[in-house]
Amino acid sequence: MPAIIELDQLQVTLGKRVILKGLQASLTGKSIGLLGPNGAGKSTLINTLLGYYQPSGGTARVFGMDIRNQARDLRALIGFMPENDSFIARMSGVRFVRLMAELSGLPPAEALERAHEVFYYVGLGEQRYRPIGTYSLGMRQMTKLAQAIVHGPRLVILDEPTNGLDPMARKRMIQLVREIHAQEGVHLIISSHLLRDVEECCDQVLILKDGAVAAFCDLERERIANRNVFELELKNDAGAFVTALALQGCDAAWSGNGRVRMVLPDGHERREIFQLAATHNVQIRSMHRRRDSLEDLFLKAME
Amino acid sequence: MAVYQRTYQRYDGRMLSLDTRLLALARFTFEDMRKSRILGPVFYVGLIWPMVSLLIVYLHHNLDALRMMDVGVNQLLAIDKRFFYVFLSFQSTISFFVAALAGPGLISPDLANGALSSLLARPVRRTDYVLGRLLPLAAMLSLITWVPGLVIFLLQTSLVGWDWFTANWRIAFGLFAGGMLWVAVLSLMAIALSAWVKWKPVAGALMFAVFFIAAALGEILNALLETRWGHLVNMRTLMATAWAWLIEGKATGGSGFGLFYVFENQEIPVSAAFAMLALFCLLCIRLLAIRIRGVEVVR
Repeated sequence: MPAIIELDQLQVTLGKRVILKGLQASLTGKSIGLLGPNGAGKSTLINTLLGYYQPSGGTARVFGMDIRNQARDLRALIGFMPENDSFIARMSGVRFVRLMAELSGLPPAEALERAHEVFYYVGLGEQRYRPIGTYSLGMRQMTKLAQAIVHGPRLVILDEPTNGLDPMARKRMIQLVREIHAQEGVHLIISSHLLRDVEECCDQVLILKDGAVAAFCDLERERIANRNVFELELKNDAGAFVTALALQGCDAAWSGNGRVRMVLPDGHERREIFQLAATHNVQIRSMHRRRDSLEDLFLKAME
Repeated sequence: MAVYQRTYQRYDGRMLSLDTRLLALARFTFEDMRKSRILGPVFYVGLIWPMVSLLIVYLHHNLDALRMMDVGVNQLLAIDKRFFYVFLSFQSTISFFVAALAGPGLISPDLANGALSSLLARPVRRTDYVLGRLLPLAAMLSLITWVPGLVIFLLQTSLVGWDWFTANWRIAFGLFAGGMLWVAVLSLMAIALSAWVKWKPVAGALMFAVFFIAAALGEILNALLETRWGHLVNMRTLMATAWAWLIEGKATGGSGFGLFYVFENQEIPVSAAFAMLALFCLLCIRLLAIRIRGVEVVR
C-alpha cells in the first residue's frame, strides 16, 4: 500500500528548541491517529505538514509531495480542522465556509452550494445564517469540521476534534468522522488526547513523546491479534485448570488473584474452555476479550 | 451532495486555478467594506471635487457656457501643474479618511479568533492573503486619487490638443506615480495597523497619530536641534516633497496645499523623502510578515 505520509528524519526547530527530533515513519492507514501527551509534538507535526513551519532537517512527503517545495499544491488536497478557535466572528457560518471553499479553488456558485450542503451535513443547517460569533462551542467545532471538508479534500486533518464537546456532541462528531472515513479516497489524520476517540476512528496510531516517535501501531493488526486474547476471572484454585489449558495448546498466564489471561489458538472455541473449567471444578465468573490494547500500548510508550 | 441526503460526498467538480484565490479573497473583502455605513458616503464625498474639476476643465473650453453664466475664463482656476497638485493634495486628504475608516477592519477580525490558521491552510500564500485584503482598499483609494486625476488630464488633452500633452506629460506621470505612492503608503499603513491593533477605533486613531503626532514630534526636534531633519518623520512633508518633484520636477519651499506642504527654507532632499517613504513601506511589510502566520510561533 503506498504511503500517505512519509516522515523522513523530519526535524523541526523553533528558536533554539528542537521540537521534532528526526521523525521517521511511513503511514499507510486510511485513518491515522496522532497520540501523545501535551508538548509531544503532535500539533507541530500537523503544522509542519501544512507548511506553517519549515523543517530544520529531513523532510516529509504527503501523497508523495514534498512539504518543503510543494506546500501550496499540497494544501489544495488537505482540509484542516484546527484545535483552537478559527472563525471570523462577524461572518455568517455559511459565508465563512463559502469563503474557505472558494480559497480552495471551487467556483463561487459551487462553493455556495457546497457550503449549504456541508452545513446541513454537520447538523447546523438551521443556524447557517447566524454570525459565527454567536455560536456555542459545539457549533463552532462543527463549523470547523464543515470548513475542513467543504472542498472535498483527499486528506482531512482533525486536531482535537472532540475538544470541549458534551457526550452527545462528541458522539455526533465521532459518527461524522467515521462517515467521512468510510468515503473512498479520503484519508484522515486525527490528533487527540483521547484514546477512545482514536481507537474508534483510526486504523494506525503514531505515538509521539518529547518530539520523537515513541511507538507506531497498526490498530487493525492489533485488533486481529487480540481477537483470541481473553481475560478470565475465576473462583476456586485454578492451578490445575491453567495447566490443563496449557496442555490444550492455550498460552495462559495466571496472575494469582483469580485472574487468568490466555490466548485461544485458532481452531478452538470458547465452549471448550468452559468444559475444561467444569472438569476441574473451576467456576468462571467473567470472561471477556481484551480490548484495551491502545491504552496498554500508549502507557508502554510513555514509560 | 444533495441537501436532503445529508451524507458526505467528496466534491469532484471543477476547480479554479491557484492564481484566482487572491481574487476570491479580494471580493469578500470588498463586500465587507461595502457593508460599512460611513465608508460609502465618505467615498462619494471624494468624488465631488473630481466632478467639479471636470466641470472647470469643460468650462475652460466652452465659451458659450461661460457667457451664459456670465463668468470670464480668467475667473476660473488655471489648468496647470498647480491645479493638479492641489487636486492630488485635496483628494489625498479625503482618501486618508477613507483609509482610516476601512483599513482597521481588514485583518483584525481574522486575527481575533484565529481564522488565519484556517485561511492559510488553503492553497493561499501569505502574500496572496495580504494582497487580497489590501487590493480592495487600494482600488478604492485609487478611484478617488490618481484615477480621476488622469481622467481630468485626458479630458484637458482631448480639448486642448496633443501639444498640451507633450508640454505637460510630467503632470500625468506625477499624478500616477504620486497617487500610487500615496495609495501604497496609506494601504500598507492601514493594513499593518489592522494586523497589530485589535480594536478598530484605536487602529484608526493610530493612523492619525502617525500623521499628526509624528509631525508634531518632528517640529519639536527641528526647534530643539535647530535643524530641518525632523521633517523626515513628518509624513505630510515627505509626501508633499515627493509629489512636488514628481509633478513639477522640483520641491521648493512653499509647495503644497492643505495638509501637504513643503516648509519655506526647510526643504528636505527629495532622495531623503523617497528613502523615508520606502523605509516606512518596508517597516509596514515587516510588521505584516511577523503577524500574518498560520500559527503563532512560540520560541
